[in-house]
Amino acid sequence: MSEQYTDEVMNHFLQPHNVGTIKDPDGVGRVGNPVCGDVMEIQIKVENDRISDAKFRTFGCGAAIATSSVLTDMVKGKRLTEALKITNREVTQALGGLPARKRHCSVLAEEALHSAIKDYRERLRGKIKRGEEPITRCCPDDSCELCQLLAKRSQEIAKKHASEDL
Amino acid sequence: MTDKRRADAGNVTYLDHAATTPVRPEVLEAMLPFFAQKFGNPSTLYSVGAAAKEAMNAARAQVAALVGARTQEIYFTSGGTESDNWAVKGAACALREKGRHIIASKIEHHAVLETCRCLEKQGFEVTWLDVDGDGLVSPDHVAAAIRDDPILITVIHANNEVGVVEPIPEIGRIAAQRGVQLHTDAVQSLGKIPVNVDELGCNLLPISAHKIYGPKGIGALYVRKGTRLNKFMHGGDQENRKRSGTSNVAGIVGLGKAAELARLELDDETKRLTALRDRLIDGISASIPDATLSGPRHNRLPNNVHFCFKGVEGEGIILRLDHAGICAASGSACTSATLEPSHVLLAMGRPHEVAHGSLRLTLGRSNTQADVDKVLEVLPKTIEQLRAISPLYATSDQ
Ligand SMILES: Cc1ncc(COP(=O)(O)O)c(C=O)c1O
Ligand code: FES
Repeated sequence: MSEQYTDEVMNHFLQPHNVGTIKDPDGVGRVGNPVCGDVMEIQIKVENDRISDAKFRTFGCGAAIATSSVLTDMVKGKRLTEALKITNREVTQALGGLPARKRHCSVLAEEALHSAIKDYRERLRGKIKRGEEPITRCCPDDSCELCQLLAKRSQEIAKKHASEDL
Repeated sequence: MTDKRRADAGNVTYLDHAATTPVRPEVLEAMLPFFAQKFGNPSTLYSVGAAAKEAMNAARAQVAALVGARTQEIYFTSGGTESDNWAVKGAACALREKGRHIIASKIEHHAVLETCRCLEKQGFEVTWLDVDGDGLVSPDHVAAAIRDDPILITVIHANNEVGVVEPIPEIGRIAAQRGVQLHTDAVQSLGKIPVNVDELGCNLLPISAHKIYGPKGIGALYVRKGTRLNKFMHGGDQENRKRSGTSNVAGIVGLGKAAELARLELDDETKRLTALRDRLIDGISASIPDATLSGPRHNRLPNNVHFCFKGVEGEGIILRLDHAGICAASGSACTSATLEPSHVLLAMGRPHEVAHGSLRLTLGRSNTQADVDKVLEVLPKTIEQLRAISPLYATSDQ
């Protein structure tokens, strides 16, 4: 387990950046991990369409905590559209890689961020507006069980949203 | 973790003796001649082989003495997992004409659990016995489950995760009265509490060397005389034609020595470990809020401490303890290969999120009061830090 974590992961895990909550956040995303049942929350402050602050709280493994720490670092100062473009792979790369078994944990961070941005936009416009790409995979591997699970889940979410639109 | 960051071996507080134990120097010394010097095959007639054969017989007597069995009732295997597989599959196979019903507790070790699941797929029917909140199997439930003619009852003697000691003597009496064979996995209880096959009333009892300061990959199965059990390993008919395979002589000698030392030191070690265990349990309960002991307070192995901490995830606890030089285990989903939480905690009625925050500390020969003090210094901080990161635990300053 710990054998497979890089120094970067361990540093972020032992001394995570951006832990906590924001007073009067502009967007809050709280998601659950479909695979192992963990919970992650990301809060953002937005100024002029840029993320001026980001904080997280995570109930999950070392990889989940490290990815939330590094992702909140990465999004600070970015435009929302740029932040949405950060891929799972970039987050993993910033950590020097993750054990295969832990790839789903980094998807959780990405989902939490997307959900926080969506929350912000919904509040801003007073209604639901979508257009972000749903997360459908955690890696390029077509046979990955997790990717299949994520794809299925995002289809279900899309279906739900479609019915809400009517 | 990379080597440079790992606390050096001298500073490590090892609290995972349920996972495995180091080989004792006396055991290693006993084993060494059997690699290069007395290397003979015990099944041969010449003198090099005879020396090996003699050593094996002595080891068999040592193992038999530890569990109160007769020497001929001990069969060497490759360890606890093989013994569990052999006992359950062997009994099922021997008695499949008689019936297809097996009774098993929900908190068996995976070696029994998965074997039973495999038999289920092959048409056997398993009644899974519930446990109470402390992990105890009720003998009444066992009696009630014996409706038709079950072919095997299997209930673990002491659970490897939460350390609860099951009422095997009572279950053994029920099994004997109803004429059903009983298997009880004593891999964790051996060397920690008295294990006597006649008091337990079992037919089959697996033994593993590496949990009692012997080498890995060697164990034994106790098979009571008259037990219906088919062979599992076919071949050259070693072990009185019950378990084939050229004997792991050095391992067997090591198991024998470890068994002998465990028997001689049992009383003292039980007392010493119980005192350390109770200090750990009391210390953790007193210094960490929202910490729940898993399993009963007293009816548990003298070396087992198991807690669930609200709002935190087990892997984080393990990693932080490791960073502080403490080796421990967790039954959380994130730490398991399958990403499923512990079946034992779920059977005890713990919700998923509680099972997630589990920590197992298992004491052993090397541990002293200083190790207990170290845990009591490090663990409260660890839990506090992880709770500060957790969205599921409201601290007062939030
Ligand atoms: C209760 C129990 N049974 C069986 C085993 C398996 O023993 P071994 O590691 O020798 O295969 C273990 C060890 O993990 C155990 O704790
Ligand atoms: S959050 Fe559960 S495995 Fe990473």
